[in-house]
Amino acid sequence: MDPRNLLPTSLLDEFPILKQTINGRPLVYLDNAATVQKPECVLNAVDHYYRTDNANVHRGVHTLSQRATDSFEAAREQLRMHLNAAHTHEILWTRGTTEGVNLVAHGFRTFLQPGDALVVSTLEHHSNLVPWQMLAQATGAELRFIPLLDDGSLDQDAYLELLDRRVKLVAFNHISNALGTVNPVQSMTAAAHQVGAAVFVDGAQAVPHSTVDVQALDVDFYAFSGHKMYGPTGMGVLYGKTEWLERLPPYMGGGEMIDQVRLEGSTYAGLPFKFEAGTPHIAGAIGLAEASRWMHRVGLERIARHEDELLRYATAKLQTVDGIRLYGTAAHKAAVISFNLDGAHPYDVGMLLDQMGIAVRTGQHCTQPIMDRYGIPGTVRASLAAYTTVEHLDTLVDGVQKAARMLL
Amino acid sequence: MSPIEQDIVDEFDLFDDWLAKYDHLIALGKELPPLEAAHKNDDNLIRGCQSKVWLYAECPNGLLHFTADSDAIITRGMVALLLRVVQNRPAEEVAREPFAFLNAIGLTSHLSPTRANGLASMVKQIKFYALAYAANE
Repeated sequence: MDPRNLLPTSLLDEFPILKQTINGRPLVYLDNAATVQKPECVLNAVDHYYRTDNANVHRGVHTLSQRATDSFEAAREQLRMHLNAAHTHEILWTRGTTEGVNLVAHGFRTFLQPGDALVVSTLEHHSNLVPWQMLAQATGAELRFIPLLDDGSLDQDAYLELLDRRVKLVAFNHISNALGTVNPVQSMTAAAHQVGAAVFVDGAQAVPHSTVDVQALDVDFYAFSGHKMYGPTGMGVLYGKTEWLERLPPYMGGGEMIDQVRLEGSTYAGLPFKFEAGTPHIAGAIGLAEASRWMHRVGLERIARHEDELLRYATAKLQTVDGIRLYGTAAHKAAVISFNLDGAHPYDVGMLLDQMGIAVRTGQHCTQPIMDRYGIPGTVRASLAAYTTVEHLDTLVDGVQKAARMLL
Repeated sequence: MSPIEQDIVDEFDLFDDWLAKYDHLIALGKELPPLEAAHKNDDNLIRGCQSKVWLYAECPNGLLHFTADSDAIITRGMVALLLRVVQNRPAEEVAREPFAFLNAIGLTSHLSPTRANGLASMVKQIKFYALAYAANE
């Protein structure tokens, strides 16, 4: 195979943090599933906002407040376009994916009762599992789990058997953070809708790597984090279909989310403000919108193809290392390679790679049930971004080979 | 620093780069005497490590004797270093041990409680045993 960088390596120049040495070696950052680095334009957008436009939004009549509000709401429109949502008010700002899951899970407390059921996949990050456990506990609803096949894909036959009229909500991820499996969101959603269940999708690992069209997928809720798609930390998006967001009760009370406030009770603001109590993360929204524009300038399809090419290249090359075992070998995968060296703890491999300037994640990746399923303490995970190059992956494979020689 | 600690520092000075130092830690980890299966239980498991660490202590004749194990080899190497310093010493002495050699060989950066390797938790558990046995005497 001819390894090619489909994106120019000059993309790296836009990321100041990547131009440093770690332990005397040039940094090779392959922990992108945890968080990605930010391009110069995103840093500048946040900096510019604080230097020139900072004011509270939706309140003041003064010019700064108007400018801040305009940028803030333009950011929402940018993210609507990014997801191809039908309406701008379907884009709710959150602190990240986790808050999106909790907002929906909390709201569903008013919809569920004993005898109802929730279906959750066993491929989930703890953040798309624990809130549903809490919801089940609070309402007496039953939790049903979609099992995992050996290759790291969800057992679709078993999933269909779990669905019946008692199921009110189905939750699963678009792409697995631990194994890289891409789930068939469209068909899983259609099946859930057949029994009248709502569908919640954790898109944290999908939005950075692919084109997501929430109308084509027909999901009811779709949550993701800004910091995994080249934007600031502490900023995320929850997409919800209008009819669901109108039914769902507010998650937090406070300023900004109300219509009329009397001592004996209040009425709530319309969408999206009903869900946005308090002063929002204005700089975060502006930075995230710039990240979205940056991704579009580079090209969403080009990023996806570049990363697919690198994933195939790295997978093939890593397989030549003696004693390596890959986890997650589904036919449809994206941006994540999880592996262990037989007889070595993932922690040992990660420590040695760090000494060589290579940043990978080791451990359970907040997915303990998946590690239990394979009977392992964790894995070493290398994850890709638009700025990853063939040279980075060659360094990784050399590093893993060196670690294998030292440890095995 | 005790003569044993000075030995460790001299040993690590022989290696000029960090990979070689880790190679040495791995070798020490491989040499660590095994922990009896009976003591490899949840009671002796140290929390706060990404890898599992078991630490067991006895105090015959007023001198502490530790045995330990880990499922990660570099962690075993770190445990081996700590044990070399505290092995067969009076409990009240170990309770006050500053482990100065860790700084001298550049391992202090691993001592931060937020580091996933749990070196700080191991030090804490060693002192916990020492304090418990010292109080019993």
